[in-house]
Amino acid sequence: MDFGLSEEQELLQETLRSFIARDCPPTRLREIFDADAGHDPAHWNALVEMGVAGLVIPEAYGGAGLELLDLALVAEVLGEGAFPSPFFGHSLASLAIVLGGSDAQKESWLPRLASGDVLGTIAFGEGDESWDPSAWQMRRVDEKLTGMKGYVPHANVADLIVVGLAGGELALVERSAEGVKLEAIDAVDRTRPLYKLSLDAVVAEVLAVAAASRVRDAGLVLLAADAFGSASKLVEMSVEYAKTRQQFGQVIGQFQAVKHQLADMTTAIEPARGLFWHAAYAFDHLPDEAERGAALAKAHLTDVFMQTARDAVEAHGGIGFTWESDVQIWFKRAMFDRAFLGTPPGHRERAATLAGW
Amino acid sequence: MDLKYSEEYEAYRAELRAFLAANWPPKGAGAELSFREQAAVFRQHAIDAGYVARGIPKQYGGSERAADVLKARIIAEEFRRAKAPGEVRGIGASMLVPTLIEKGAEWQKERFVPPTIRGEMVWCQGYSEPGSGSDLASLQTRAELVGDEWVINGHKVWTSGADQADFMFCLCRTEPEAKKHGGISYLLIDMKSPGIEVRPLRQMTGTADFCEVFFSDVRTPKDHIVGKRGEGWIVSRSTLKHERDMIGSAESSLLTFRNLVRLAQSTQRGGRPAIEDPAIRQELAEIEGYVRSHVYSGYRQLTAASKGGSAGIASMLNKLTSSNIGHRISRLALELVGDAGLCSPNGDPIMSVNPRGESGWVTQYMWSLGIAIAGGTANIQRNIIAERGLGLPRERAAQESR
Ligand SMILES: Cc1cc2nc3c(=O)[nH]c(=O)nc-3n(C[C@H](O)[C@H](O)[C@H](O)COP(=O)(O)OP(=O)(O)OC[C@H]3O[C@@H](n4cnc5c(N)ncnc54)[C@H](O)[C@@H]3O)c2cc1C
Repeated sequence: MDFGLSEEQELLQETLRSFIARDCPPTRLREIFDADAGHDPAHWNALVEMGVAGLVIPEAYGGAGLELLDLALVAEVLGEGAFPSPFFGHSLASLAIVLGGSDAQKESWLPRLASGDVLGTIAFGEGDESWDPSAWQMRRVDEKLTGMKGYVPHANVADLIVVGLAGGELALVERSAEGVKLEAIDAVDRTRPLYKLSLDAVVAEVLAVAAASRVRDAGLVLLAADAFGSASKLVEMSVEYAKTRQQFGQVIGQFQAVKHQLADMTTAIEPARGLFWHAAYAFDHLPDEAERGAALAKAHLTDVFMQTARDAVEAHGGIGFTWESDVQIWFKRAMFDRAFLGTPPGHRERAATLAGW
Repeated sequence: MDLKYSEEYEAYRAELRAFLAANWPPKGAGAELSFREQAAVFRQHAIDAGYVARGIPKQYGGSERAADVLKARIIAEEFRRAKAPGEVRGIGASMLVPTLIEKGAEWQKERFVPPTIRGEMVWCQGYSEPGSGSDLASLQTRAELVGDEWVINGHKVWTSGADQADFMFCLCRTEPEAKKHGGISYLLIDMKSPGIEVRPLRQMTGTADFCEVFFSDVRTPKDHIVGKRGEGWIVSRSTLKHERDMIGSAESSLLTFRNLVRLAQSTQRGGRPAIEDPAIRQELAEIEGYVRSHVYSGYRQLTAASKGGSAGIASMLNKLTSSNIGHRISRLALELVGDAGLCSPNGDPIMSVNPRGESGWVTQYMWSLGIAIAGGTANIQRNIIAERGLGLPRERAAQESR
């Protein structure tokens, strides 16, 4: 057994970490958080240069041909930096075509997605927690789509939108197509802005193979990885704060109560690293465990992240509750990770059913 | 023990209903006034009739009635039903007024209590400073007596509502030679005084309900001190206790819980109302166990107090109990509102017992965290419970930094 990362994987994470530390330190993060675009195009170009845009796209189409684990490791580091990026939607849109596209569709889209010439995103949920493919209502008449999607990440900058249809099929829509309407949502997580998408008889290309559940599962794993990286960062920030903030003539980290709270936060998050690793590995190698692993990882890690975010605010006292505090940026990222693609109870219910309980 | 609404109480309720029907909403010429004016006129009637400001002596504008848990409850229920403006809420009425009644000079009670309980004078609490939160007694804002005035210099932070307030009750260091706790005085400061600068601070909820307050050579009259010089710490303990009671108010936990049940009834989950989901039912009933404990503990405390006694350690548990309940409620609510958790809170300025719509529950979720910090963090509550309640020795650092 080898339950560890390769040197290449560690290198990829380190490269990204130093890039974010250099190009998106908290000061820059704050500027992007307070603006509306939800990312810095230069940052996205840099990720493209590093090969992140095409990480799971086969080499034959200009990508790196890697697996979901590699993508999840990227998501983890982006979470650490609360990095505002269309990475999430783009990765899932690419995977949808990798998993479900015909040869012609792959030929036509994957090279451009890998090179960053085309930016992708996904449109799944239609509101009222209709994240599961079985709940979608988007109608297709001939090759035209009519309907509404609730929460499309970074739709403002996406060129290509992978839209879930009634019956669980996926279709490709170009944002510039006639009949496409976007409406900004006042999203709580300003590092991943959300849009409402309305389609009125929009020309679409249906993907050859229905891969919606697989793409959803990949999304769950990426959210779990993001939650892990983010929560780990919050623990680190809280520990740092506890080492510097003084009350009663000593640093607060010297109070046993605070020590124990920080130790509990670490105990909640650190072991769960393996949960997203395993789920990501299962996605590509253990078909029988893939769906259930993704559901459990997403439910567990995003819940732990939310609680960690609360604990981190408490550890910071009054300042943690302010807009000025960086902690709240991750707090809101936790709200996204928890609710996007469905809240934990639904995934736990599915995990129970999939186990035959 | 008697919790039945006996005939006496039913008669009281009928009388109150008749009063409300006659006075709210205002009729005739009264209906032409602004809401604020209507509320002020109505409140004065309600005070005269003994329904509002019951704990405040008549000479300070209250209605001075014997404490009665059941009557208080009937009043709350009937006022809510009639949507009538009841007790003035907020920092002044809930925290400063009881403190003044306990510790204030006669002229202070006469001048400050009546307008505060009528809602005409608004207060803010200037305790915390950047370097002094949990360790409040380390505060550095100075006040020096020059002639007939205190001259104040320093910096307060997290002051809720400072931008709306007419006056601040403020802790200042007046005896620099004295030990930490003995060097503090409790001063009353007009917020319109020259030299005060108020800068609103935005919370994670997006609104700015607390502020930073800077003092440079701000003056307040010599007699605007509650208690004696150097007694501010003791006086402030009394305010803090009232703040914790306000935050710990069991009645509001119960109201929020009822709204949570309503949310579970109106939310669909898997094609049926969420309230039919066994997991949700379990969680709701579990939360209710904590809520009811809290409510009945409150009754017990009130009964003991009305007989001049005390319910002991129970009164130290209110704030922690209520913020724990607030967390449980808001966590389940966030689960119930589902997709709305992806959207910004609705901008309500405070934690409301009756959140407006799904995004109101998102506000609630964030505020439940603010409430756990305001008025002394959960850890500080635990220290109080352990040290003052259970008699455990103080932590060495806190002991030595006195
Ligand atoms: C919404 C809100 C409204 C507020 N309104 C007001 C107001 O109107 N007026 C006012 O004066 N203040 C107000 N405050 C300030 C509040 O009272 C302080 O934030 C609080 O007392 C904590 O102080 P701090 O922020 O300095 O945190 P710190 O004291 O620095 O605490 C940081 C962390 O250390 C922990 N800690 C500190 N000491 C100990 C110890 N001895 N043992 C164990 N753990 C410890 C705390 O629990 C916390 O987790 C408000 C705060 C909030 C959030």
